[in-house]
Amino acid sequence: MATVWIPPLLRDLTGGIQQVTVPGETVRDLIAALDARYPGLAGRLIEEGTLRRGLVLTIDGVTSRQGLRARVGPESEVHFVPAIGGG
Amino acid sequence: MSEHQTTQEMVSTAYKVIGTRPARPDGVDKVTGRALFGADIQLPGLLHGKVLRSPHAHARIRRIDVSRAARLPGVKAIITAADLPDVENKIQEVGEGAIGLKYLSANLLARDKVLYHGHPVAAVAATSIHIAEEALALIEVEYEVLPPVLDVRAAMAADAPILLDDLRTDELGRKGTKPTNVAEHIRFQMGDPAAGFAAADVIVEREFTTSTVHQGYIEPQTATALWNRDDTITIWTSTQGAHSARDQVAEVLQWPATRIKVVPMEVGGGFGGKGNIYLEPLAALLSRKAGHKPVKLVMTRAEVLMATGPTSGSFIRVKMGATKDGRLTAAEVWMAYEAGAFPGSPVGAGMNVILAPYRIENVLIDGYDVVVNKPRTSAYRAPGGTNAAYAAEVVIDELCEKLGMDPLEFRLRNGVREGDRRASGPTYPRIGYLETVRAIQQSEHYRTPLEGPNRGRGIASGYWGNWGGRSSVAASVNADGQVNLVVGSVDLSGTRTTLAMQLAETLGIPVEHVKPVVADTDAVGYNDVTGGSRTTFGTGVAVCEVGRKLKEEMIGRVAELWEVDPVEVTYADGVFAAGERRMTFQEAAGRLNEDRPVMVSATTHAQEVGPGFATHCVDVEVDPETGKVTILRYTAAQDVGRAVHPDLVEGQIQGGVTQGIGWALNEEYFYDQEGRLLNATLLDYRMPVAPDLPMIDTILVEVPNPGHPYGVRGVGEVPIVPPAGALANAIYHAVGVRLTHLPMSPARILEALWAKA
Repeated sequence: MATVWIPPLLRDLTGGIQQVTVPGETVRDLIAALDARYPGLAGRLIEEGTLRRGLVLTIDGVTSRQGLRARVGPESEVHFVPAIGGG
Repeated sequence: MSEHQTTQEMVSTAYKVIGTRPARPDGVDKVTGRALFGADIQLPGLLHGKVLRSPHAHARIRRIDVSRAARLPGVKAIITAADLPDVENKIQEVGEGAIGLKYLSANLLARDKVLYHGHPVAAVAATSIHIAEEALALIEVEYEVLPPVLDVRAAMAADAPILLDDLRTDELGRKGTKPTNVAEHIRFQMGDPAAGFAAADVIVEREFTTSTVHQGYIEPQTATALWNRDDTITIWTSTQGAHSARDQVAEVLQWPATRIKVVPMEVGGGFGGKGNIYLEPLAALLSRKAGHKPVKLVMTRAEVLMATGPTSGSFIRVKMGATKDGRLTAAEVWMAYEAGAFPGSPVGAGMNVILAPYRIENVLIDGYDVVVNKPRTSAYRAPGGTNAAYAAEVVIDELCEKLGMDPLEFRLRNGVREGDRRASGPTYPRIGYLETVRAIQQSEHYRTPLEGPNRGRGIASGYWGNWGGRSSVAASVNADGQVNLVVGSVDLSGTRTTLAMQLAETLGIPVEHVKPVVADTDAVGYNDVTGGSRTTFGTGVAVCEVGRKLKEEMIGRVAELWEVDPVEVTYADGVFAAGERRMTFQEAAGRLNEDRPVMVSATTHAQEVGPGFATHCVDVEVDPETGKVTILRYTAAQDVGRAVHPDLVEGQIQGGVTQGIGWALNEEYFYDQEGRLLNATLLDYRMPVAPDLPMIDTILVEVPNPGHPYGVRGVGEVPIVPPAGALANAIYHAVGVRLTHLPMSPARILEALWAKA
């Protein structure tokens, strides 16, 4: 099962838990599993059917542009971090 | 085995082109003045435009009357916000960031309110620039002046004047309920900071403030547009991203992007500030309104300073704890960045930078994006990084002092390496931070004692994450063996050369046989902006891919010529071979083109980005009578992955350090109490000039990025990150005062010395 790092501003929904291990083959699956356990979490990560703009998805340390359809492995580590611009 | 030895083992010396220093293909045009910049555009029937700007920092627009100006002979068109289509309030991804379209549009021409001194209100096109200027004076605008708010903390106060009535604080999808100037709150958190501080033997906590500063590019913003009678638009502009500019114009004009062509001209400096549009839609609208005549707009220096992207002033509080043996145990950071008039400061980037070089298990970082009555900020070289690193590196230096530890030994003890976790959560790939610390430690500079009164040495480190982005490239082989390389990445810093070198290396041909061309938006596929230190890396990945495809294509077709199976054909060092047969690249090019042309293309969205780290060492002497800081010696060590063209890499480092020095010692916006900018000239906005600087020595540390065929990392942004911290620490060690405001100008140093006395 993949490990999702809960963004700090969503940890009020998880009772302060920082990492959650959930089943799923895609990021969409993971968020659905998280939302089942911690209602309201999907609504904070998903906007109009896609990953909220301004969030960057990283899977195993590499950023992914595939959003909710991105595939994850059983040992994957998933983060949602703020997008960063450059100069 | 030390990290350095490991690094050396990773460095291959097999390259023929990578690591050499060929002349730039655009060099002759640049040094002879033949290169064409945006302001050089001349077209038949060209009209000249000017922009009317707000004299107030915060005011409601009651009425605009352009009738007198319109009657002035020679005036061909006048536009106000009423000429811009209404755009819905959606977030659009353009280039490397996201922009609220409603705010983007309102920044081009103010609608109901002006939000900063210099905010555009109207624009005029006329037969001469003088008539256009005269017309501006005839436009009547009635304002209801409102109180401005210019400081980030004042803007966060409950009773602060509100800039944007519809703004509510966003906390990752949870919106506040009250009007506010705080656009966004971001948080990074790991471990248990309270427990970490409880385990610390030494704790340092300090507050820092930094002033608004500008990118300081020499070429002002310019745009020329022709709205043709077939409703296609052509725009010639100075931009870091032609496709991004096209898409931004398309959104604010609600016009199909494919009916807009953006021609990127040579860029006289951008540093992040030319990723946004300012003049392009105005020129286009004026062109249409003037009867489809081309219209050119060129900003003055004052307009550049008062109305284009400065970077954020900021307030930062840093608290860090360490054990007696010099191990960092916890850090807490609270940082608020000015966004200017519309949301979008680089506070998130600053949060990424501020603790990046250090292994700390217990971390809490809160960041706030805050609107104030100043120009909307835009990216500036490692946006948000310099002010962030300044705060952290001063606190690190103070910890070292309290612990009695050498600052480099402290960094070696606490520095990050591959697999360590960043404050934002993910772990680092292969990085070379410790190698930069060791490089400074082993440098002749650091090993030479600094002697003399009022002299001090400062150390600071810095980080930038870098970026990959989307790139499209195409390559065609001419019959004489020369290869045309068509890219869409605007060349800000010599990337024509570094991209051509990567193709030459991949193809095994001389770099002089590759002709790189930067194309317009109709002639090449989409390319993200040249920014985020991405081009030599990200577009480089696409170039390597196009080189691989080209070899594959040519091997297949040489096999056709020789009537052998392609697997029998090898290609190395510019020669195709199969059995006893040989054919050079040049010979093959001639033969293959007789049949049909040879051309391939490639697109990428490079993700395996190599973060960059640097460590700087600076010696200063402070004049206690005047507060003036003289930089005696400066050395910057940086992990550059692979220096494709060492001259250009060294230039990037020297340029970044220079800008960092300006930010640290002199540069700042001065506003009066009404929010009017007082120093909108380069005489009064004091950037470093040659006599202010010593030779900036560079040490190129090469820890190849495994995510690029040649190990490339972005190099352009990291060098601006450490200078302010290094200089603050050097000043402290020279005269014993910790400066907690940027810039550390002579006046502030004197005040600190007097306070100490």
